[in-house]
Amino acid sequence: MAELTYRDAVARGIAQEMERDPSVVLIGEDVAKAGGVFKTTAGLLERFGPERVRDTPISEEAITGMIMGAAMNGLRPIGELMFSDFLATCWDIVANQIAKTRYMTDGQVSLPLVIRTANGGGARFGGQHSQSLENWAMAVPGLKVVAPSTPADVVGLLAGAIRDPDPVVFFEHKALFAGKGEVPDGEIVDALGTARVLREAPDITIVALAAMVPKALEAAAELAEHGIGAEVIDLRSLVPLDTATLFASVSKTSRLATVEENPRLAGWGAEIASIVTEEMFWDLDGPIVRVTTPHIPLPAADELEDLAIPSVERIVDTVRRTMA
Amino acid sequence: MLQILNPSGELLDDPPMDVDLARRLFRAMVTARQYDRKAASIQKQGRLATYAPFEGQEAAQIGSAAALRQDDWMVATYRDAAAMWMHGCPWTHLLLTRMGDERGGSPPEGVPVLPPSITVGAHMLHAVGLAWAARLQGSDRAAVTYFGDGATSEGDFHEAMNFAGVYRTPTIFVCQNNQYAISLSRRRQTASATIAGKADAYGVPGVLVDGNDLFAMYRATGEALSRAREGQGATLIEALTYRLGPHTTGDDPSRYRDEEEVEEWRAKDPLERVRRYLATEGAWDEGWETAIAEAAHEEVDEAVEEAEALPPLAPVGIFEAMFAEMTPELAQQQRWLLDSRHGPA
Repeated sequence: MAELTYRDAVARGIAQEMERDPSVVLIGEDVAKAGGVFKTTAGLLERFGPERVRDTPISEEAITGMIMGAAMNGLRPIGELMFSDFLATCWDIVANQIAKTRYMTDGQVSLPLVIRTANGGGARFGGQHSQSLENWAMAVPGLKVVAPSTPADVVGLLAGAIRDPDPVVFFEHKALFAGKGEVPDGEIVDALGTARVLREAPDITIVALAAMVPKALEAAAELAEHGIGAEVIDLRSLVPLDTATLFASVSKTSRLATVEENPRLAGWGAEIASIVTEEMFWDLDGPIVRVTTPHIPLPAADELEDLAIPSVERIVDTVRRTMA
Repeated sequence: MLQILNPSGELLDDPPMDVDLARRLFRAMVTARQYDRKAASIQKQGRLATYAPFEGQEAAQIGSAAALRQDDWMVATYRDAAAMWMHGCPWTHLLLTRMGDERGGSPPEGVPVLPPSITVGAHMLHAVGLAWAARLQGSDRAAVTYFGDGATSEGDFHEAMNFAGVYRTPTIFVCQNNQYAISLSRRRQTASATIAGKADAYGVPGVLVDGNDLFAMYRATGEALSRAREGQGATLIEALTYRLGPHTTGDDPSRYRDEEEVEEWRAKDPLERVRRYLATEGAWDEGWETAIAEAAHEEVDEAVEEAEALPPLAPVGIFEAMFAEMTPELAQQQRWLLDSRHGPA
């Protein structure tokens, strides 16, 4: 067992898979010599050489379009988009090409590729470099969507994503990069579509993702002081979605709150709320509540960004109000 | 501009192939034209969805595709049925793609032809990726991609050419400059004197070729492939040609171009000059052409029959083709759609 930062876990996960499978390659802007602008790929160039770890020109369409071609020709490529906001520059490739290839070839052409990207706010990067866009990817049929919250999950889910026969968008959260966590020694491989119950309690289920997970846990600890037992689920992936774990928890607690960093309208929590309402309406003791960023771009000003992104206080208040 | 066989069928240089191959490729062009006309005609009867005819571009497609090795990748568009067929994709598959049947998009075993790109330009990047992967694997396979003059205005063209230049990928970019992107003329598509000239900006050779000249297309593509296999990277070929028909069966070209212009280009017909050349060589007569045209007719008719006889796609396929393994959410949606025709009760 080693203590690793979330950012080091990214390199560890990629290295684990590159070591095991020579068809795994990594390309992206500044991923090789610079080791990534967030230092998530440090050491990979030295270890695996310039053929398998390559810097690219500033061309998100080419990065994603090229890994698509390479995936059709026997590689398991990983393409890095420096910021998830840049998905907007290559959305044609991601949403119209990559996501639809298997379907439009009647299931014949498989695209085992991973698009890794730094997602989320908290770093004062402003409206064009801070967005949480996991709900964009979730809205496109044909993409799998993963967003880990701990260093151990980064390694395991990255391995699961690389080995997956279908395209995966892997959201790494910028606010978590410096955080540390225990990572077991040896090979770690996690199945996509498995949520994790991080705290068991009887009164309400709080569902969170990525950087919202530690906040949900902190809120749950605070809620306990107010006599409210909040169960916390880390979804870990939105597609596939582990509804079994979700339903088991809600059937016990009869209440649900979602904590999302994406802007409110059509955020992933709305989908969770819709699923639970349709499937479990008669088990619920109260309305499902969503804690989200308002429907605004993230401000660059520190106080305003902190205000906009769901905070521990806001989670606690929202849950207390719905339980009152 | 590279030209070997002029519109009168006179040789301006040594031919890049023997008479036997020229006869075979002439026959391929005749067959392709037959397919093209048949497809446009059955579209009018409602038997195909919108169809994009390629008449006039047979030499650009057959000449370039004939130069490929069987294992080279081909990434083409909705107007490139002749090239795709030449590289092994059956007419039946090509028809299916126009019948809204996803089985047409599934390449037959051993045929490295991707489904035709309907999106303008994006597919060029896949050709760069395919070629890059081939190089990493130590293979000398190349990837050829076809696109039109309009696609060169998309950002994808720039990104694909730039990557191909920087990574020196074995990619052959074949731009069929057929003078129109729907209604917009080549003149108004770009202020560049030529499209081939754009290659300079990427450190890639650009060659301007008479796209209606089977021999010139065959030679230019062959040379580009040799360079690619020797590790010298990509080539941009601008095939100067003309779309004699409409953009698609839903288009009326008389709204944006004169019949005179069409007639000028019809005089440069890619089939006619090979016919004349073969006649000069004593390798053509009317009886032979009638026979090959009849055979082409039968071949295409059989493909139409085969495509139309295929049982309709089972609705379950629209779910099964999504992922290697169906996700639980999709399995549930499949049940809702197919079992009860309703959502959850």
